Amino acid sequence: LNENHFLSCLVEFSKTSPAAVQVNVRDALNQAMDEELERDEKVFLLGEEVAQYDGAYKVSRGLWKKYGDKRIIDTPITEMGFAGIAVGAAFAGLRPICEFMTWNFSMQAIDQVINSAAKTYYMSAGAQPVPIVFRGPNGSSAGVAAQHSQCFAAWYGHCPGLKVVSPWNSEDARGLLKAAIRDNNPVVFLENELMYGVPFDLSEEVMHKDFVLPIGKAKVERQGTHITLVSHSRCVGFCLDAAAVLAKEGVECEVVNLRTIRPLDVETIEASVMKTGHLVTVEGGWPQYGVGAEICARIMEGPAFNYLDAPAVRVTGVDIPMPYAKILEDHSVPQIKDIIFTVKKVLNM
Amino acid sequence: MPSPFNLIEGDRQQKGGEKRSETAGRWQHDSMQKMLTIISNVLRGSASRHGAQVVSEAASMVASSRSYADFTPEATFDIKKVDLHRLEEGPPLTATLTREEGLKYYRTMQTIRRMELKADQLYKQKIIRGFCHLYDGQEACAVGIEGGITLSDHLITAYRAHGYTLTRGGTVREIMAELTGRRGGIAKGKGGSMHMYTKNFYGGNGIVGAQVPLGAGVALACKYLGNDQLCVSLYGDGAANQGQIFETYNMSSLWKLPIIFICENNQYGMGTSVERSSASTEYYKRGDYIPGLRVDGMDVLCVREATKFAADHCRSGKGPILMELQTYRYHGHSMSDPGVSYRTREEIQEVRSKSDPISMLKDRMLSNNMASIEELKEIDIAVRKEIEDAAQFATTDPEPPLDDLCSHIFANDQPFEVRAATPWTKLTSTS
Repeated sequence: LNENHFLSCLVEFSKTSPAAVQVNVRDALNQAMDEELERDEKVFLLGEEVAQYDGAYKVSRGLWKKYGDKRIIDTPITEMGFAGIAVGAAFAGLRPICEFMTWNFSMQAIDQVINSAAKTYYMSAGAQPVPIVFRGPNGSSAGVAAQHSQCFAAWYGHCPGLKVVSPWNSEDARGLLKAAIRDNNPVVFLENELMYGVPFDLSEEVMHKDFVLPIGKAKVERQGTHITLVSHSRCVGFCLDAAAVLAKEGVECEVVNLRTIRPLDVETIEASVMKTGHLVTVEGGWPQYGVGAEICARIMEGPAFNYLDAPAVRVTGVDIPMPYAKILEDHSVPQIKDIIFTVKKVLNM
Repeated sequence: MPSPFNLIEGDRQQKGGEKRSETAGRWQHDSMQKMLTIISNVLRGSASRHGAQVVSEAASMVASSRSYADFTPEATFDIKKVDLHRLEEGPPLTATLTREEGLKYYRTMQTIRRMELKADQLYKQKIIRGFCHLYDGQEACAVGIEGGITLSDHLITAYRAHGYTLTRGGTVREIMAELTGRRGGIAKGKGGSMHMYTKNFYGGNGIVGAQVPLGAGVALACKYLGNDQLCVSLYGDGAANQGQIFETYNMSSLWKLPIIFICENNQYGMGTSVERSSASTEYYKRGDYIPGLRVDGMDVLCVREATKFAADHCRSGKGPILMELQTYRYHGHSMSDPGVSYRTREEIQEVRSKSDPISMLKDRMLSNNMASIEELKEIDIAVRKEIEDAAQFATTDPEPPLDDLCSHIFANDQPFEVRAATPWTKLTSTS
């Protein structure tokens, strides 16, 4: 923990120092896995097409060539079976990374994630830890329609015994994946396909092979005074874009990047709300029983409620299965204009 | 001089027949000599004591000297032929049992039997609650399997797991205290009947079939780490139709994992007989490309020999193998099932009288002079006492402290706040 804290401090410190290199999210994930595979022999990766195909989305490119069949394993299309095998391997002391080609397919295996992985340490009263990472792209993509576009943050975020992580940028992806692999608990790692190709500047400190980010800690990406925007994954970028537009009208938004869905860093959100007095949550998933709903409920129950000058409001995906046609799809997810509109409503502008 | 030895009550013809040991005669002669020597020593050396006392002392010396010198040290039995699938040869048709092994198997099976019956009693008294799936009738499976592997091998099963928890190193005390939900339970009261763990034993799993891929994962770890260990992955006739099991057959075979699949076929998945649930009831063939064996699961020696055979297969790198154990449960599916709505009492009674695993072993040992009735009775008494003591512990040990509510959510973690039933109650987790 001290090491993490030290390195996180270094990162904060060097925010204004020149970037070492530009890395997109895909490569950040790739490098994180490569480094962790090298660091610990017990780490291995399994999933569909992760080895010889270099990964369906090329996230595991080059790993099979470097580490071979033993550590990078192509599985048949049998999620329930291979997720169970991954959990069993974790029981016996290995540190598997189990990839779901998309989190939609995890529904085939969800019993193994929840009943075999998440609950076992508790049921065994600490006798059986489960050091496993489940990872893959989550949420909407582009034109992949209803069965391939669901966001699982709320479903997995609901369950005790799991840690659920949702990175936005390359630093998040790198630091959180390394932390997840080193964590002795089951971690659900929700990536985003549309973020894979997006480049970000990474400092030298972030590129250090022991750089990890703490799971369960949100980050304030942009300081502000008038309103708090809380988001995770790709929507963080939309919030920052909306904030840039709103700044021109004199509205300063504080943008909080959750980074972790469970455990939720409610303290960071509360501190922000107590400063700004206004809260908008932004997520790609459906509204009912979602991440935003949880945040609003927690704010209601906590000290920040007394600082709210207006009800907290959620911006979410539209409550429908994802349609295919581009015009419909575009209107099924939160857009920057929806965030701006909501901010103005909440601020009574 | 009258023989001090009790005559064994006639030969009992067992299933598959058995051979009398040919060494019995020689052992009887040698020990007769020894006994005579002991008696004469006692009589000579106790001139100052009362005559009757001397005689009774001699008698008790005779009785105790019996157990070491007089019994057949080992015997070979014919065992039922095993049905084979995709195998040229199977396990041997005979099994050699030493006296020591026999007593050990007898004691372990009797312990499981009495433990399960005590659990039945405690459940009816409402001291055990929730799910309770009893294993009586199937003892030869757990004990025979353990006889064919070692404790450094791995094992995983479903929810009918109390017997395996014992054979895998758990004590009756901590098993029963887990059933009654006390802090002295093997999972500190957090797991209950279906979630008990020991070293290299991964439960106790509540979701039908889920344990099978988990077992393959353990086997993958064995291969990965190169430790020559294997994993036994058990499931029932009901689970045998689960898709994830076929997924596991596939991956285990592709990757040649050291896994022994074992189907404990007790003829009923809850209230559904095998004929009503399965298009093919030849469970040992359901692995298709995986070699299979169908074994008499009521005979501990059959199970042991088949397990040894299967373990050799795995350890030689040939990949998975599948065993079907034909067995029977006396109780219903669980304590909430009387077990007679889908099968007849006559059927249950017939299995009890003709195929009981403990009786079978007992008869074998007695008719081959490998133990005496008194000795086995003593074991029964000792087992009963062990169970009584465990039940006493299980009913008097306190329940877990409320602090345990939030313990063991995560491993190696900092404490964190856990949401309680209301926002004002503050609960903290511990690792």
